[in-house]
Amino acid sequence: MAAPAVPNIITLTHGKSHLALHLLREGWGRPLLLLHGLGEHSPATVPEHLAAWTGPVYALDLTGHGASTRPQGGGYTAEMLMGDVDAAIAHLGSVTVYGRGLGAYIALLIAGARPPDVHGIILADGPGLVGGGIRPGSPHIPEAGVEVPGAPDPFVLAEMSRDVRPADYAVEYVRQIMQWSGLDQPIVVTTVVRPEWLAAVVAEPGVVECSLADALALFVGPAA
Amino acid sequence: MTAAPTSTEAPTYPGARRPDRSRSVSSAGLRIAVYEWGAPDAPVILMAHGGFDFAGTFDVFAPMLADAGYRVVSWDARGHGDSEHAVLYSWAGDMRDAAAVLDTCGPDPVAILGHSKGGGVVLDLAHALPHRLRALVNLDGLPSKNNWPDLADHERTKMLRGELEGWLDHRRKVATTQRKPGSLVELAARRQRMNPRLSTEWLEYLVPIGAAASEDGYRWKIDPSLRLGGFGPWRPEWSMQRLPGIGVPVLGVLGLQMELMGWGTLPADVLPNLPPGAEFHAFDDIGHFVHIEQPRRIADLVLDFLDRRAG
Repeated sequence: MAAPAVPNIITLTHGKSHLALHLLREGWGRPLLLLHGLGEHSPATVPEHLAAWTGPVYALDLTGHGASTRPQGGGYTAEMLMGDVDAAIAHLGSVTVYGRGLGAYIALLIAGARPPDVHGIILADGPGLVGGGIRPGSPHIPEAGVEVPGAPDPFVLAEMSRDVRPADYAVEYVRQIMQWSGLDQPIVVTTVVRPEWLAAVVAEPGVVECSLADALALFVGPAA
Repeated sequence: MTAAPTSTEAPTYPGARRPDRSRSVSSAGLRIAVYEWGAPDAPVILMAHGGFDFAGTFDVFAPMLADAGYRVVSWDARGHGDSEHAVLYSWAGDMRDAAAVLDTCGPDPVAILGHSKGGGVVLDLAHALPHRLRALVNLDGLPSKNNWPDLADHERTKMLRGELEGWLDHRRKVATTQRKPGSLVELAARRQRMNPRLSTEWLEYLVPIGAAASEDGYRWKIDPSLRLGGFGPWRPEWSMQRLPGIGVPVLGVLGLQMELMGWGTLPADVLPNLPPGAEFHAFDDIGHFVHIEQPRRIADLVLDFLDRRAG
């Protein structure tokens, strides 16, 4: 007989967006929340390199990606995507966040905005890590490609590969995290690539650079 | 309960005229409400309103330009006025909506005018699509410096925490939030707190245009998910840095009376950034809403500028 089906997609609401939160693996303790990179979507199973996490593992499809809403007319910002993650936190409570690429930048923002609810962030390489650099380029009208069913919103690809990420703005979030997270080492950077916003993050006191295995060990444990 | 007045009770205002035509434009699937005053074959002035406003706030100013021989085209920004409430809002989205409206204004280059945030949008448009413009007018839309007051680091960190949490708390509720209803008089009074220099008579005129009537009163049409202020990576001085590179004739206007919705920009902030040949006026006796406080004076300034420089 087949194992009983686990209801593995939870639908959350953030404003006019419906978001798919995937339960990849059940477990005890604080959840690990995975944020995909730009143009990606949540994996179907726990990736091998994250298997050491002992608690439950969830993954969120950000607006425009995976099984979440494709809005009309674009208008993406990192802050709005941070609000997507906040909807997951409202559902899950305290989480550790693992973010790839764009998801790493969003992880930094949400950890700075909800420091008591984010028990550590792990920033990893992935699509959308660089963004548009630390200052705006020449103004342009971001046009998008053709929409394909099931594929990411062409506007998220056009806009979130160009969003400006000033170094001092990223550092404001680091300081929020350092002041209010209650952790000595709340930010772990595992990336090989270091765009300017991330180099500024790494230069702040208390930010840790280490392997993914060490990062997981740093944050794993019972729910606060 | 406040009874919603019928349209026959809508207040009038001296010189105010609703648009001669209205239509809608699809901006990548998002419905944008567009309005026109003046002859359809006249040269175009495309006008962008400021944040939390709507095209109806041009109801006195636009007819003055139209009556002088222009086709004035304006639109409600996404989520504002009668334009569709979007899932997402951003500068890039506003730029694309502006370009979508511009695309419907005919093949000839247009004069473009923006107030406040709309002034920032037209500065960026002038760089993104320089071949589509023949003149640019910026009405008190030249932000000059960071909004952060000069505070100690720890004060600033505390303030940011409040802003971030406040915004996320707001986002958790927006799916079900409605704007607060009220009578026409109450809505005008609320708006006066944001626009203290504008007359009650004018604000009451705007209510039936910018607000929707329902059984329990009027509600401003603007998407309840939008709110003033906030945070983000954008630095006001980035807009000012667009000014020196504008290649078409430029008219800049500042209202120097300080108020909540303004930028506090001074002539000294603007002068070093004016492109060659630009014209610039700063008025001591006007606030942020220059074209609403003194529509005749500003319309004459714009008409004279266009006559001489964009003929």
